[in-house]
Amino acid sequence: MPTLPRGLSATDFAAAVGKFTTALGADRVFTADDDVALYRDAYSPLWNTDDELLASAAVVPDTVEHVQAVVRIANEHRVPLYPISTGKNLGYGGSAPNLSGSVVVDLKRMNRVLEVDERRGFALVEPGVSYFDLYRHVRERGLKVWIDCPDPGWGSLVGNALDHGVGYTWGPFRDHFGSHCGMEVVLPNGEVMRTGMGALPGAKSWQEYRYGFGPSVDGLFGQGNFGIVTKMGFWLMPEPEAYRSGLVLVPRRRDLIALVDQVNYLEHASLIGQPNYGSPLQRLVGTEPELRAMLEKPGGPTDDELDRFAAAKSQAVWQCELQFYGPARTIAGNWDYAKERIGAAIPGARFEDRESYRFPLSEQDKEGVPHKVALGIPNMAIFSIGARSETNPTPRDGHLWFAPVIPKSGEAVLEAQRVLGDVYRELGLGGGAFLQTPATWHFRTFIMLVGFSVSRTDPTVNQRSLANFRRVVEVAAQHGWGEYRAPPVFADDIMNTYSFNDHVLRRFCETLKDAADPNGIIAAGRGGIWPRYLREG
Amino acid sequence: MTRVQWQTLLLVTSGWAASSAAQDAATIEGGRVLYAYWCATCHGPGIGNNGVQHLPGTDALRVKYQGALPALLSERTDMTPELIKFYVRQGITIMPFFRKTEIDDVELDAIAAYLTRKNR
Repeated sequence: MPTLPRGLSATDFAAAVGKFTTALGADRVFTADDDVALYRDAYSPLWNTDDELLASAAVVPDTVEHVQAVVRIANEHRVPLYPISTGKNLGYGGSAPNLSGSVVVDLKRMNRVLEVDERRGFALVEPGVSYFDLYRHVRERGLKVWIDCPDPGWGSLVGNALDHGVGYTWGPFRDHFGSHCGMEVVLPNGEVMRTGMGALPGAKSWQEYRYGFGPSVDGLFGQGNFGIVTKMGFWLMPEPEAYRSGLVLVPRRRDLIALVDQVNYLEHASLIGQPNYGSPLQRLVGTEPELRAMLEKPGGPTDDELDRFAAAKSQAVWQCELQFYGPARTIAGNWDYAKERIGAAIPGARFEDRESYRFPLSEQDKEGVPHKVALGIPNMAIFSIGARSETNPTPRDGHLWFAPVIPKSGEAVLEAQRVLGDVYRELGLGGGAFLQTPATWHFRTFIMLVGFSVSRTDPTVNQRSLANFRRVVEVAAQHGWGEYRAPPVFADDIMNTYSFNDHVLRRFCETLKDAADPNGIIAAGRGGIWPRYLREG
Repeated sequence: MTRVQWQTLLLVTSGWAASSAAQDAATIEGGRVLYAYWCATCHGPGIGNNGVQHLPGTDALRVKYQGALPALLSERTDMTPELIKFYVRQGITIMPFFRKTEIDDVELDAIAAYLTRKNR
């Protein structure tokens, strides 16, 4: 018998499982230990501890009606449910629930691509559709649209968007929740609701106008627990004629301020796609003791020290890859304009041409693209980071992503490097923060992403990562930086930092939760929102 | 080939063709398709992240075995079906395990049949 959450009796659990089996069929209900164990979070920092977040069973709906049946049975017996789409949110919880003992609603088999409209630029999909699946659907039909995918292509469009996941192409498409349009949701009482224009029977623009009329409630289902999303629309980017990229290199540390300003202008004016910042000095950390010592001393290197070191090694301190999408002639002109603009603003800036493609690419050409997600090609290459390799001969078993949101300015990056550099040193994590550049998935903000290791065999690694993660959450919040997304084990820690006016945001969500889901059956704890019966006592 | 298509192929072949060889061939072909979908994106040929020379699963096995065994799983001749099923259901380092809604037991048998087809 699995561990059941507070308030759920073994009798009710058994009765619910029996009804799930009747409603869905025995092959769509998993209760055997070996089967349920496959719903563990493979990257759990609580692995094999009493606190590990574990499912009690799993059900596998094939239709919206199945989902409704599951929700109604769960309500009847007060069984907590936890929906997953493809269950691949690794580093952010995988397929495990926030509340141990929940029954996972595994939507992987609801994997139909319901519509792709090439001319109007949208898709409508079920939660089990992966980026690989939609890409194949588009490619097999020769449609001239691109999808924007996150790093691992096996993830769900719906699940990724609902966890505020992100991608790599053109600004408006990289925010996957931001580029959704229209949802179908099974509410906690089992009713089916459609949002936006979907609320109007016969509407022909469900995937084109997001708001419909009245309050827009879609946001409640992102990192929320107000229903189970069974369909979701997404806007798609038209296949461009061409792509090119160019590298900008700037010689001094404080050039980052002007560089970000210039790149912001180019991006916000829709002249470039995702900019990729980096530091050429990162390549030297392993071979240059002087640089390493500089990075690891309290406070890190001074501007002058870093600039002198870079100059002595004939290296730039920062670089930024600019990516252009559009007509070949237009993007060539935009790259020229970027060079003129940045060259005038930053003395000593240098420029290098990088990749150039015309579309459509052959399958062979696609294989040779080093950063496929920049072209909307789903793949799994990101696992090169973390898998066994020459530079990582003893890999860990996973990671936890710490992902604080910081302002989109060079000053903010330099401040975050200093603050996080100090705290990472305090935690024994080295001086890498002083050369860390921001992740730029979001159109309007930066993320200073750091991964903390997990191990399935060494609990001390996990204990250290749990403590370190909580410490950096605390320090970040003291500086006005909060996480955009987090593993379930930290959901409460992070929601606690969003505490304006005595935690009114959480209290408001709790009010909504109690009204919409009085039995607290949907994804208890997700987003740091708990139902009343688990908040009390 | 989708899940339904390849399972249909398997059923049709097993129903219409009396020979077990035909059935085996269908299973192996189904396994090849499933392997391409679920496994080869990490364990196949091709370049890794930002132009790294190998895909991550291939690179991991290349480094692990240092040439003593092929880095590509599809070229191995030493694996048993049990070993393959163990890793698919248990995972290893950053490769997670796979649920039965992703790869069910029949499909896992087919993947194992494909990866052991060259065994001596």
